[in-house]
Amino acid sequence: MKDLLQFLITPAEAAQQHGPHDRIVMSSRVRLARNLRGASFPGWAKKPERVKVLELVMPAVSALPEMADSFAEAMDNFTALDKQILVERHLISREHAAKNVGSGLVLNRAETFSVMINEEDHLRMQALRPGFQIREAWIAIDRLDSVLEKKLEYAFDNELGYLTACPTNLGTGIRVSAMLHLPGLVLSEQINPIIQSVNKLGLAVRGLYGEGTEALGNVFQVSNQMTLGESETAIVERLEKVMSQIIEHEENARQTLLEKKPKVVFNHIGRAYGILANAHSISSKETMNLLSLLRLGVDLSLFPNTQRALVDELFLTTQPAHLQKQVSDKLSAEERDLIRADMVREQLKNVGRPVAK
Amino acid sequence: MQCCVCKEKPATVHLTQIVGEKMQKLDLCEDCAKAKGINDPTSFAMADLMLGLGASQELDPSAAGAELKCPRCGFSQADFKKSGRLGCPECYQTFAEGLAGLLKTMHKGTRHIGKAPEALRKSRDTMDRLKTLQKKLNKAVEAEDFEIAAQLRDEIKAITAEATPVKAAK
Repeated sequence: MKDLLQFLITPAEAAQQHGPHDRIVMSSRVRLARNLRGASFPGWAKKPERVKVLELVMPAVSALPEMADSFAEAMDNFTALDKQILVERHLISREHAAKNVGSGLVLNRAETFSVMINEEDHLRMQALRPGFQIREAWIAIDRLDSVLEKKLEYAFDNELGYLTACPTNLGTGIRVSAMLHLPGLVLSEQINPIIQSVNKLGLAVRGLYGEGTEALGNVFQVSNQMTLGESETAIVERLEKVMSQIIEHEENARQTLLEKKPKVVFNHIGRAYGILANAHSISSKETMNLLSLLRLGVDLSLFPNTQRALVDELFLTTQPAHLQKQVSDKLSAEERDLIRADMVREQLKNVGRPVAK
Repeated sequence: MQCCVCKEKPATVHLTQIVGEKMQKLDLCEDCAKAKGINDPTSFAMADLMLGLGASQELDPSAAGAELKCPRCGFSQADFKKSGRLGCPECYQTFAEGLAGLLKTMHKGTRHIGKAPEALRKSRDTMDRLKTLQKKLNKAVEAEDFEIAAQLRDEIKAITAEATPVKAAK
């Protein structure tokens, strides 16, 4: 099989991708769940049936014009480390990383489309875009789906729509989501009421790696929850509205913090810089949380000669699997903390202390 | 009050969520609340929880025969209770009765609105057109407007003839 790291764009390149509102919206994605008529869902199907579905779906997906020059591989061919790297890049779900024989992945070169085969459903296809571009992501995945539906016979019911393994995805099978970096709302303690009101609108707010994960680094994933009884475009529009409001709240929170509590802001960012630039051992969790403050500092022009990309690159490279991949020996958690600290210090070597105006 | 998950310990955690016009209530004991990840009420989404619980409530085996099994894949209600997921697309027909209530609590509506595979979309559109034409025809007959009725009848015939080779999907 091709070398995954050779295929993937480098963390530096990934961090250089820009999109609208990317100082708050780190990325947008739209995922569609689809299943084949007459086949058991992956969680219930026996191994031979899963393999049969994979052998049918994988070539069909790989042949799509969008997937020309793609990385298509069965999950049992990936090492545990490579799978973890894909999770850290948000290219596959944690659930998919646990799959082996009978599951697969098709990823295009630009990493704008990732199709998981036999995850919870036969097909979980997603379009990914940097910044706030959920509408663009929907248009892209809709087009891909419309070509694919001519080659595969989907399980569809006029009443219930696209039939999915879990009734929570029934109907449109769509999940529209964006990753939002919200340090301003966290620092000003407005995040909980915002999460609650977003929940009341029937939307979910989750942590960095989706379902059941914590909001490391002040990054929150906002997505729709209901999939039946509302059209795709209505869902996309609703999320666009809600997310625009969250963006506005975050911008306001940052502004207000700077005006009313500048010392609190400078203190947090200064301390974050101090630890990151000088630590000799640091966990991935602490790194994420401090990098978030550094990112805020860049956004607030406290680091005039530093690009946000530098921080975003560290967001990726300091994660456990990415770190492990850079050294050949198998590392213990303690050893990783040492190497992580070395790496962060090295990267921040040329970043001057924050300037407090 | 008993915990609605384990049905053993007293419920000390009470949750109410209002989505649209629907109110959902849950009473849990502390252990079950923790197990479901509700120690932080802000990060938890009711629908995720409702799924597991709803399954045991809505798909009560005694309500629809003890051993209802999907004829295609052999999936049973007990399996759904365990995993919260179904066995195959046809399970939606097999367990339609039990699922109806669950879908109502989970989603905005119970009828799909939005994209459909093109082939089916066409047949769906045709069906809709036929329905409206039939209604018009009935009205025309009632009003004894036979000239229009004849026109409508021909139109319906033409559409039906065109649609027959492609068998309308369910």
